Amino acid sequence: MSMDLSISRFWRKKEIIYKLNGAKCKSCGKVHYPPKNACPYCGSRELELVELPRRGKLISYTTIYAIPEGARHQSPIYYGLIDLGVTKITAELTDIVNANSLKKDMEVEATLRKTQEDRDAGLIYYVLKFRPVLVQK
Amino acid sequence: MGRKVAVVGIGHSKFGVRNDVNIAELAWESIKQAFESANLEAKDIEYVSVSNVGGWSGEPLPAVVVSEYAGLTGKPLYRVEAACASGSSAVYNAYNAVSSGQVDIAMAVGVEKMNESPTPTVVEFIGRAGNYFWEFENFGLTFPGYYALYATAYMSKYGATEEDLCQVAIKNHYYASFNPKAQFQRKIDLPTCMNSRYIAWPLKLFDASPITDGSAAVILASEEVAKKLTDSPVWIHSVGAASGSANLSKRNDFTGLEAANIAAKMAYKKAGLESENTAKFFDVAEVHDCFTIAEIMAYEDLGFVKRGEGYKLVKEGQTYIGGLIPVNLSGGLKAKGHPIGATGVSMVAELSKQLLNKADKGRQATIKNGRAIAHNVGGTGHYAYVTILGLDKPKD
Ligand SMILES: [Zn+2]
Repeated sequence: MSMDLSISRFWRKKEIIYKLNGAKCKSCGKVHYPPKNACPYCGSRELELVELPRRGKLISYTTIYAIPEGARHQSPIYYGLIDLGVTKITAELTDIVNANSLKKDMEVEATLRKTQEDRDAGLIYYVLKFRPVLVQK
Repeated sequence: MGRKVAVVGIGHSKFGVRNDVNIAELAWESIKQAFESANLEAKDIEYVSVSNVGGWSGEPLPAVVVSEYAGLTGKPLYRVEAACASGSSAVYNAYNAVSSGQVDIAMAVGVEKMNESPTPTVVEFIGRAGNYFWEFENFGLTFPGYYALYATAYMSKYGATEEDLCQVAIKNHYYASFNPKAQFQRKIDLPTCMNSRYIAWPLKLFDASPITDGSAAVILASEEVAKKLTDSPVWIHSVGAASGSANLSKRNDFTGLEAANIAAKMAYKKAGLESENTAKFFDVAEVHDCFTIAEIMAYEDLGFVKRGEGYKLVKEGQTYIGGLIPVNLSGGLKAKGHPIGATGVSMVAELSKQLLNKADKGRQATIKNGRAIAHNVGGTGHYAYVTILGLDKPKD
């Protein structure tokens, strides 16, 4: 076992992963991510894909040191639970210079970054990660 | 409410690295003790529920192998799974069989052999708990990472420190030192915990429970049968069970486990107890300390204290014997060990022992109320079971 990704599955999910598409329920109005075929809140199957806000605030965070085989060279991985307003998302944090800079309510924004390379085919996988929003002076 | 159900027999294997036995032999160690303590034989058992998560061990149908080795072939047999709460689900399953009147004597057996696979494989397998594709594969969130997110949220909201979390590990190692069945029979000090390496900040190696092989078994009986078997039955007063969302991102609060709180309220309601300020009802508790933060959240989810005060309990030593409520006198998952499918059964066996004043020297609670509570969580609040035991027969 390892952290290897599946090319075909990744391809099928690219709209959701690259565009940060969540699903909005036409019945109860709630938004969720990742999108499912039924609303996890009311059960309705009337859903539409919506692009989620690409900015949010950290609810919580961790720095993961014990990484499974296949991605161990990436250790440590910074990880955040992010409030996007309409919904929450768990995602990797990037461009973190110092772990001590991570704080609750810190503003973060989505950015497309490399995550892994396929060992056999050499394909490079990209996912959305979140980086701190730089304060404009 | 159904019929009254009592624990009439218990068994518990040595926890640790058990490459000396196969899964059936490991389960038999507990089953044999349970038979002996109940003064029953395999032929008397009418229903068998086996909890095993597996994946890391060789047997794809563990219940069948366990059952045959114990001479239980022919009995109604189930394998149940609720991640780290599988053991409690097996007890609940057996409880329901007796309570509903289907059978008079049922057995719950929990067994896990995690060391059959190399450690990285086991760690990854556990890491896949939750919503594998979305939170693990794409985004690298590991199981300790889930609990770390709760720890960070809890610490930033209430001001608890890494030292406070370590106090849970120190306490549980202290009591494990008196438990010959524990994986780690040794005490640790604060520097040992604080200087251990980070797994997922703020959680360190000594904040985490180990990879464990082990088994436990309980025999449950109806009131009528229990009366004939023993003068000292331990009654199951109630079981509360609940579940939580697969994705963390669908939850509202990250300073407690909602499923555990729902299960607790259900168990209190069924037992006719209030759900706030609950420590006074119990002499002893076993709670799910897969990580130290989980034990602190358990104090609050069970209503021992108000939100935000859990860490103060352990800081002030209130969960040692003599404090507000002694917790994890077995050593807990942290130091007794956490053989995933066996843990919940082990909790019920341990608390039955405590209530009957049969725990080892140095770790026996003072029994005054005659009531104990077990809190068992699967995943990161994906499953939760709260089981209340008592010496008095439950009221009608
Ligand atoms: Zn809906």
